Amino acid sequence: MAVLITSPSPSLPPPASSVGVVGWLRANLFSSVLNSVFSLIGLFIIYKTVPAAINWAFIQADWVGTTRDACTSDGACWVFVGVRINQFLFGFYPPSEYWRVVTAFSLIGILVAWLLVERTPKKGLVGIFTIFCYPVIAYFLFYGGAFGLPAVETHKWGGLMLTLILATTGMFFSFPIGIILALGRRSSMPVAKSISVVFIEFWRGVPLITVLFMSSVMLPMFIPENMQIDKLLRAMIGIIFFQSAYMAEVVRGGLQAIPKGQYEAAEALGLSYWKSMFFIILPQALKMVIPGIVNTFIALFKDTTLVLIIGLFDLLAVVQAAFADPKWLGFSVEGYVFVASVYWVSCFSMSRYSQYLEKKLNTGHAR
Amino acid sequence: MIILSEIMTATQIEQNDPNDVMVELRNVNKWYGDFHVLKNINLKVSKGERIIICGPSGCGKSTLIRCMNRLEEHQEGDIIVSGITLDDDLKHIDTVRRDIGMVFQQFNLFPHLTVMENCCLAPIWVQKQPRKEAEATAMKYLERVQIADQAQKFPGQLSGGQQQRVAIARSLCMNPSIMLFDEPTSALDPEMIKEVLDVMIDLAREGMTMLCVTHEMGFAKTVANRVLFMDAGEIIEENEPNEFFDNPQSDRTKLFLSQIL
Ligand SMILES: Nc1ncnc2c1ncn2[C@@H]1O[C@H](COP(=O)(O)OP(=O)(O)O)[C@@H](O)[C@H]1O
Ligand SMILES: [Mg+2]
Repeated sequence: MAVLITSPSPSLPPPASSVGVVGWLRANLFSSVLNSVFSLIGLFIIYKTVPAAINWAFIQADWVGTTRDACTSDGACWVFVGVRINQFLFGFYPPSEYWRVVTAFSLIGILVAWLLVERTPKKGLVGIFTIFCYPVIAYFLFYGGAFGLPAVETHKWGGLMLTLILATTGMFFSFPIGIILALGRRSSMPVAKSISVVFIEFWRGVPLITVLFMSSVMLPMFIPENMQIDKLLRAMIGIIFFQSAYMAEVVRGGLQAIPKGQYEAAEALGLSYWKSMFFIILPQALKMVIPGIVNTFIALFKDTTLVLIIGLFDLLAVVQAAFADPKWLGFSVEGYVFVASVYWVSCFSMSRYSQYLEKKLNTGHAR
Repeated sequence: MIILSEIMTATQIEQNDPNDVMVELRNVNKWYGDFHVLKNINLKVSKGERIIICGPSGCGKSTLIRCMNRLEEHQEGDIIVSGITLDDDLKHIDTVRRDIGMVFQQFNLFPHLTVMENCCLAPIWVQKQPRKEAEATAMKYLERVQIADQAQKFPGQLSGGQQQRVAIARSLCMNPSIMLFDEPTSALDPEMIKEVLDVMIDLAREGMTMLCVTHEMGFAKTVANRVLFMDAGEIIEENEPNEFFDNPQSDRTKLFLSQIL
């Protein structure tokens, strides 16, 4: 028998059990016996730990005061962190010059926000300023020695400031170097290819700790006394090279995922190698590996703590040093929790931004 | 066939100067490793000629046309495009590529750029046209392939047929004197083939020199001056389209035609 539908069927609402809170719970937490058991165990763990942690960190915590006498309640005593916050942020930087650090970080904060927020005007100009002018400005603000700013030697730098400087210079320079290395590794020119491969494999093969040791202990032995390079600078260069090797491999993954047709279409249109890389291949490849790039950035951010072994006082090292203060013995938990929160907030923000970026750059193409 | 006769007369008018050779291949040989993929190819394409290349899969059709803009390198023989010999000189390769447009089976649009940006990129960065001018040209060609209203969309938001028309427009924006098509409709759903073929017929009518790998026999009959049949890296048979389809000479051609018709 033939069937003929003359008018469209009305759309009905879904059954009540599949929507709303109950529906969500049923679908996600209690869909099977095993799932229900895990859900109950999870809820139990949360019930046991989270209220206690909140109680310790916030409700029963001490916030105001200047000495350990202020630590009267059972919870955390944030007075320890409060008293030393300047040292945690700036290391041994002279307090009269703090404004320089604050200015430098505020400026990069504004510039980066300008570039990241949508629909701000003159992005190109701001980008060029950030890439070419900002590093110079930052150098004179942090180090000084010109324009009437007294020089602040790098051994006085420390705390969060040093962590951020190491991490941002690491990211800033490893990104382009990594891209060049990745292109080199895929190049058909034997020289470019072998240099890239050797560089990448060398730096990937050694632990960062070794790199830092070599830069601070071994390198000075080979360089004449009068040419000694600043210790911080040596550590920075070590971190940048180390990071570049990882970045190169991440970017290479993206380059390999670009279909051959894209290269061919670019070639057929007469685009030169560099133009096709810049306009066609890299934008797609980098977009594809945003999670990997952010992942290496996050790893780098946390790895900067390793500089404490060569005597640089990054955030973690400064906080640890404060534990030794006889007036404040016994507050290491607060110190570590503070450090962990700073790292977590920074890394989590990077992770969220990368997710946002991926969504934004998705032009809806299916391959 | 009214269209056919129109085109045939047009062809005769255009074929005024036999010396106006756009593409010439002399004894071209190419190997992939040990595999002899192009065997002694000789071919002359005059200005305004429209040549269809067909043959079984893997016989070297793509390789042949890809040698003409140096996407593939041939090892023996000469390929001369618009008077320029394709050799290792990058300048020659560059010049030839600016003069040849290519349309691929898989469209190969740049997915991260809008339709308009796809069309303007090469004119701006290769030919150094001012952006305004490039955009005006792009709009003209997008209108011609009837997709101007989609100019601000990304390729991923278009249908296959629309994407292929954009790809054709993108090539035309470089103002090429020769167009190569490598199975431009093979990746399309059946209902979209016609819209692409219509654009190509239009191009043919305007006197574009075209080399087209395709198995669309209706299209071949409509626009082609010559049909080449390739098998195993050789040009086996070459004829005027009606003759080619109605009266194939070699057994391999007959077998092939019996399979696709
Ligand atoms: N890059 C390559 N390396 C080795 N063999 C190839 C390569 N490209 C194509 N071939 C081979 O060359 C032959 C011709 O390929 P192609 O020109 O793409 O054929 P067609 O377009 O006629 O189907 C095929 O047998 C294919 O397997
Ligand atoms: Mg092919």
